[in-house]
Amino acid sequence: MDFLTIAGKNYTSRLLLGTGKYQDFSETRAAIDAGGAQIITVAIRRTNIGQSQEEPNLLDVLPPSQYTLLPNTAGCYTAADAIRTLRLARELLDGHTLVKLEVLGDQKTLFPDVIATIEAAKILVKEGFQVMVYTSDDPVVAKQLEDIGCVAIMPLASLIGSGMGILNPWNLQIIIDNATVPVIVDAGVGTASDATIAMELGCDGVLMNTAVASAHNPILMASAMRKAVKAGREAWLAGRMPKKIYKATPSSPTKGMLTHSTPQANTN
Amino acid sequence: MIRFTFLFILVYSVMQLTINGQQQNFDSPMDIQQLIEKLLLHNKRIAIEYNGKIIPRSHFSKTMLEEGDQLEIIVAVGGG
Repeated sequence: MDFLTIAGKNYTSRLLLGTGKYQDFSETRAAIDAGGAQIITVAIRRTNIGQSQEEPNLLDVLPPSQYTLLPNTAGCYTAADAIRTLRLARELLDGHTLVKLEVLGDQKTLFPDVIATIEAAKILVKEGFQVMVYTSDDPVVAKQLEDIGCVAIMPLASLIGSGMGILNPWNLQIIIDNATVPVIVDAGVGTASDATIAMELGCDGVLMNTAVASAHNPILMASAMRKAVKAGREAWLAGRMPKKIYKATPSSPTKGMLTHSTPQANTN
Repeated sequence: MIRFTFLFILVYSVMQLTINGQQQNFDSPMDIQQLIEKLLLHNKRIAIEYNGKIIPRSHFSKTMLEEGDQLEIIVAVGGG
């Protein structure tokens, strides 16, 4: 069986999904299930005081018993804020330690602050967290995060929510080649082919939210992403043929051809 | 009688708490467990930061609230 193994746990799905931006919880649940995601990200926020007792919470719809929850630090701009958020998440989820760390550095682009990310990762790993870390596509930073003890490296394909796809496959390739922990493309995937390209490069998984939630039909897009990730994985495992520019070779044998005339230039 | 009234006021006075950044008045004395029941959050999966420190669920009913205390009550919400 071809498992994605993160922090010692095996997953059959290599598509990780976020749970934000859906119309309602039933759409969230339907999309997660159509995508076949086993690891799902959630954000940590202040509760709505005065909410009615009957109104469901996210965890009622996506219970931790059925999914591996990945609390994130979305919106945190300092190491201290990210650490505080994840400590609260651990308490909220009864000691759960698998987390997604992201420390942002710029409000306009949501580009990660890699220095603050490294600082936070060091402390969180020391405190026993299993840190999946969102970062830029810098191979040196990716290696440093791995050396600190992060359990998965999650470089961006392009900016969060941009849907621009994989802008620098060469950097991703270096990160993948150097890594001994799973590399999961996180952010920037816009459509199914982007997810396939990430997997064909040799990524271990793809994490996305907006590409599914903001599709006209999120549930259908989740289904497309499930197949795209699977197709890309199979293609990578199969091993692609080498690219050969100016070296066209036919697939059919050249021996035993029927006699035929050589193509002539049309002189009429 | 005067002494009783004085004690009554002392024990059941009003205290101001800051919850998720908003100031609210509550009866005193009260512990965290009683507060979350008052806020109808007792059946919800929440975590609480009390004056900057995370309070384990098992300590909710052992932690008495005091005037000026700050609480953050958090939940998991949809996010990427």
